[in-house]
Amino acid sequence: MLLVFRLSSRIPLPYSPKVLEIFRNPRNLGPLEDANVVEMAGSPACGDMIRLYLKIVHRDDGDYIEKASFESYGCAANIAAASILTDMIIGKKVEDAWKISWKQISDELGGLPPIKYHCSILAVGALKRGIRAYYKQIGYNPPWLPKDLTVEERQVLEEEEMMERYYKAMKALGGGSR
Amino acid sequence: MSIAQKVRELLKSHGTPSKEVYFDLENSGFVPQEVVEAMMPYFNRIGYGHPSITHKPGWEALEVVYETKELLGKTIGASDPDEIVFTHSGTEANNLAILGYLLKNRGRKGKVVVSSIEHLSVIFPAQFASELFGFKTVLVPVDSEGFVDPELFKLYVDKETVFVSIQMVNHEIGTIQKLKELIDIAKSANPDIVFHTDAVDAYGWIPIDVKKLGVDMLTISSHKIHGPRGVGALYIRKGVEVEPPIKGQLSVEKNWPGVENVPLIAGFKKAIEIMFSNFDYRVEYVRKLRDKLIKGITSSVPHTIINGPLNEYRVANNVNVSFLFIEGEALTVELSLHGVYVSSGSACSSRVLEPSHVLLAIGRKHEEAHGSILFKLSHYHREEDIDYALEVIPKAVERLRKISAWKQ
Ligand SMILES: Cc1ncc(COP(=O)(O)O)c(C=O)c1O
Repeated sequence: MLLVFRLSSRIPLPYSPKVLEIFRNPRNLGPLEDANVVEMAGSPACGDMIRLYLKIVHRDDGDYIEKASFESYGCAANIAAASILTDMIIGKKVEDAWKISWKQISDELGGLPPIKYHCSILAVGALKRGIRAYYKQIGYNPPWLPKDLTVEERQVLEEEEMMERYYKAMKALGGGSR
Repeated sequence: MSIAQKVRELLKSHGTPSKEVYFDLENSGFVPQEVVEAMMPYFNRIGYGHPSITHKPGWEALEVVYETKELLGKTIGASDPDEIVFTHSGTEANNLAILGYLLKNRGRKGKVVVSSIEHLSVIFPAQFASELFGFKTVLVPVDSEGFVDPELFKLYVDKETVFVSIQMVNHEIGTIQKLKELIDIAKSANPDIVFHTDAVDAYGWIPIDVKKLGVDMLTISSHKIHGPRGVGALYIRKGVEVEPPIKGQLSVEKNWPGVENVPLIAGFKKAIEIMFSNFDYRVEYVRKLRDKLIKGITSSVPHTIINGPLNEYRVANNVNVSFLFIEGEALTVELSLHGVYVSSGSACSSRVLEPSHVLLAIGRKHEEAHGSILFKLSHYHREEDIDYALEVIPKAVERLRKISAWKQ
């Protein structure tokens, strides 16, 4: 056996009641008919994936997220993070929504266990991708939108690329079934 | 909020479901009342002394330690109760076998061969021994059902091989390894090879005879047979020498320091008695429940994969299913809210966010491993428990599939 996997050990996951509550009754779930942005982050192979639906509208005083919804493939924390993110951005100015950090999502959820931080990173990563996609679509570059990828976007990209590299390596070794 | 406070709040929010069925016997389980009662006297009425001290409570302790050794030895065909060493867990027994043997043989170099689906309490010590003593540890791959191919295995064992560890039954996918054949191959390649098997998930579920097998060391854990947590046992064939990898005052066990946990050993004994009375009937009973659960899930939930073999080489108490399009940890939480307690091989329940190495080793893709759920059954389950699980599971899967961003 050439490839020695990093082997996993179990870890306690004391979720907050908030995570459990949102997991039970997620809000803003499912596709949004009149979305003008649909953006994904993560992949099934990573074990978590969020699809974010946004309806962004232009008003006199700026662009607003009028509606938002999500679908989440992932653990309980992932579902809760995506749900709370949509709650936090609905009705917000896009510029303000951009400023939401993964830490804020974690705090809103009553503090995610550190091993679950990536769930809030994924949610914020999906949002930032969505906002970029919107401005690309309408061909406008707002001055507050940084050129360089943010921490969350980089992390998400890294996770996605890691899985791709893994499957390429497996294929090269004649293993895997892809 | 402290962790304890947080968990208290979590449990309050979780609530107690109207019906509860515990299927996570892989990770640990409840101890039946008769086993608890067998332990109780040894906390403060008899045998509460140190088994190596010369007074009555000490000798009483020694008596039950040896009664358990004799009983355990008989159930696996050992020739002498002294071939049974008690440790404080199955993990410790595996460490004693591997680190203990390789520590004793340090300086010899050579190869250590373990299968790629071993429990981490085998793989980690094997790798650790390589780092410490300069052995070369190699993992033998398995096929899509978890079997080590005998022809392939021949390429892994040779004159250089010092130690082999291949488990009898896999803890996640229930594969009953064709162990006798592998042991014969190893011994004919090199009679000096010491062959260890982790029988933690085999003990009480398939007949074991160490002599017929020709195995040198064998691991058992009490809590996998409804005994208390915190007792393990290692069979070490007379003539095989190990050096204790942890140091301290020795007592009954000359290879594992620290005072024996006598009350738990007494509970272990009771658990063994229960497992071995009516062995065939009990195993057959559980096998029927297993088949009902497998059939019920595959017929009521689309897009599932049963992990592990589906023939007589699947142990009677194991059901492992991958539910596609959803993630396993979320499913354990959803099922828990409805009183069905299971575990998952998903990455999200692990420390390094990698899914089960066993499922990857049998060729499951990551996303298939992420959706895996392990059910372990026992004779304490009733048909109604299976019916209840089959009522809850399809709804739980459907709800999460509706939420999921991964669509078929
Ligand atoms: C195959 C196998 N080996 C060893 C162990 C470790 O036993 P313990 O939990 O007593 O340390 C387990 C327990 O999960 C197991 O399944």
